[in-house]
Amino acid sequence: MFDYLEKQLPKLIMAPTAIAMLVCMYGFIGWTAVLSFTKSRMLPQWDFVGWQQYERLFANPRWHVALDNLLVFTLLFIIIALLLGLMLAILLDRNIRNDGALRTIYLYPMAVSFIVTGTAWKWILNPGLGIEKMVRDLGFTDFEFRWLVDPDMAIYTIVIAAVWQSSGFVMAMFLAGLRGVDDSLIKAAQIDGASTFRTYWHVILPVMRPVFFGAVVILSHIAIKSFDLVQSLTGGGPGYSSDLPATFMYTHAFSRAQMGLGAASAMVMLAGVMAIIVPYLYSELRGKKS
Amino acid sequence: MKTKLTGLALATMMAMAPSAQAGEVEVLHWWTSGGEATSVAFLKKQLAESGVDWVDFAVAGGGGESAMTVLKSRAISGNSPTAAQIKGPSIQEWGELGFLSSIDDVAQANNWDEILPGVVSDVMKYQGEYVAAPVNVHRVNWLWANPEVFRKAGATIPTTWDDFMVQAQKVKDAGYIALAHGGQAWQDATVFEAVVLGVGGADYYNKAFVQADMDALNSATTKKVFETFGQLRQFVDINSPGRDWNLATSMVIKGEAGMQIMGDWAKGEFKVAGMNPGTDYVCVAAPGTSGAYTFNVDSFAFFNQSDAESTKAQKVMAKEILSTDFQRVFNLNKGSIPARLGMARTEFDTCAHDSMDAFVSSSASGSLVPSFAHGMAVSEAISGAIYDSATQFFNSDDSAEQGVAQLVAAVAAAK
Repeated sequence: MFDYLEKQLPKLIMAPTAIAMLVCMYGFIGWTAVLSFTKSRMLPQWDFVGWQQYERLFANPRWHVALDNLLVFTLLFIIIALLLGLMLAILLDRNIRNDGALRTIYLYPMAVSFIVTGTAWKWILNPGLGIEKMVRDLGFTDFEFRWLVDPDMAIYTIVIAAVWQSSGFVMAMFLAGLRGVDDSLIKAAQIDGASTFRTYWHVILPVMRPVFFGAVVILSHIAIKSFDLVQSLTGGGPGYSSDLPATFMYTHAFSRAQMGLGAASAMVMLAGVMAIIVPYLYSELRGKKS
Repeated sequence: MKTKLTGLALATMMAMAPSAQAGEVEVLHWWTSGGEATSVAFLKKQLAESGVDWVDFAVAGGGGESAMTVLKSRAISGNSPTAAQIKGPSIQEWGELGFLSSIDDVAQANNWDEILPGVVSDVMKYQGEYVAAPVNVHRVNWLWANPEVFRKAGATIPTTWDDFMVQAQKVKDAGYIALAHGGQAWQDATVFEAVVLGVGGADYYNKAFVQADMDALNSATTKKVFETFGQLRQFVDINSPGRDWNLATSMVIKGEAGMQIMGDWAKGEFKVAGMNPGTDYVCVAAPGTSGAYTFNVDSFAFFNQSDAESTKAQKVMAKEILSTDFQRVFNLNKGSIPARLGMARTEFDTCAHDSMDAFVSSSASGSLVPSFAHGMAVSEAISGAIYDSATQFFNSDDSAEQGVAQLVAAVAAAK
């Protein structure tokens, strides 16, 4: 009896979480998928209309703005955060003094929520309050920095704030990776007479490939989910020029009583996340087998 | 012994019965700030006098988006509150879903058909029966101006949109911001609405933005509306995107800006700043809309209740909402005017008097129109489409033709 219980205990303990996951994650994903094929407006209704909501979605100019913004934001955010994080990690790894203190400074933005980041940057980038006013007060009266209020540039302010928030975290990942690189590899490279640059480029960075991959996956899902940052920094504006799919979904499903359309946009977002996660899982699982 | 205990229990229950009989109402609302909270507290007190307990179901958060989400989930699970703050065409949507309960007997007993203007009572009815009670009427097409700024700029307060461009230019040339504006979608839509009414008139407004008639939308008048709306871009300062409406109002109060187009809730800001209507600030109808009136009526819609006690309490509440006492206190605090006609008006200020006069006269002349920027005229889907088009146009360099094309496409897609 006791043996039996002991054998079953792990399963018993895991069962509630497994059920919660099945219902709350996959169950609701399925429900959203079903909703996206219905006519639902304010409340769920079960009149199935096929792909009509998706057709309406892709006929909506605001959705295209949101998709374009997502592309610009994701690419720039990931690339800049990776480069900056890597640079910081390499510099910190060069045994400079007080690297502990510096590390904390760079990591600190991670402790702040996106809402706070967004609000602070909103003030910093506001032409009448922030950088533009400061530089003008210094005497450069022609200085202009108006990305926040320029519909064509507003999306880049979101990149700035997101990079500020996340590059410290990327740095920490890379730093852990760098510290984990076998010393003998570096020594061997040095004995062979490789320059510091070549050592990094040809020896250390290739070893860190898994870290790159992990960082990209984490950053890209932050990018796709981005909601709070946009909401607090630009509110999607000016106009709807800095809308992202997540803010589009929220607006339509919850404040405009277009639940079917909102569900359709959520499914397209899910497809976007899958496109990144599935290859990652595939490569991970395949790696373990061999 | 046993019977004695049962008897005791019964006796206790009977002793408690009177208070239980009076029932309680659970009310979903988002009047949680300042003057609004005071108004709600007054209603609460009045109901207590009639023996009805009030249970707050207040969900904080602006325009009530989070509150609506909570309401939907509770309605679906069969646990609706007694009443909820729902307005405009949303009342019809809830009615269609079968959640609302008729309070027509209360309405008939208290002559609501006579004390309420027809346009307002139409909104409160679903299939000919009252399902909601109005608490106030906001006028949205107001122009708030700082006379000091106008004096210094040598400008006069504009009464038409053509004149507006001339006077605003003078204010701008004198070094002030001509139009204080917050670049949020609903504020863009509020100004757009004033332009629609001022340029197109009430008939056009009704056809295009209430009935969403595609021919009326895709017309030369709409193009003219967008031309005028586009001209306003130059009178707004560069920092406006994202600004809250009350910050824009305070620009007028401080004399940094000449005017603002905003509903009569702006009056509260002037009041708090210690300014008097007529002398320190001026309230006039938005350009070209002096005979017309865009209304925004807040109301409580009543939900089906499972037990008779709650239904009874619900009806007491419905009756109290339209009582003269509540209408007076609530609207004095909120800056709006009472929904019921023919009330004593001495305590209200001159702006409210103007609003009351315009309400009655526009109601007679047919130029009393529901505000689409505040969810009174069209379904949320269509008003969302109008919001998108207006805000996108105002924040870009698009031409009037592009504005019209975009509006027509967006409304067609939302239908």
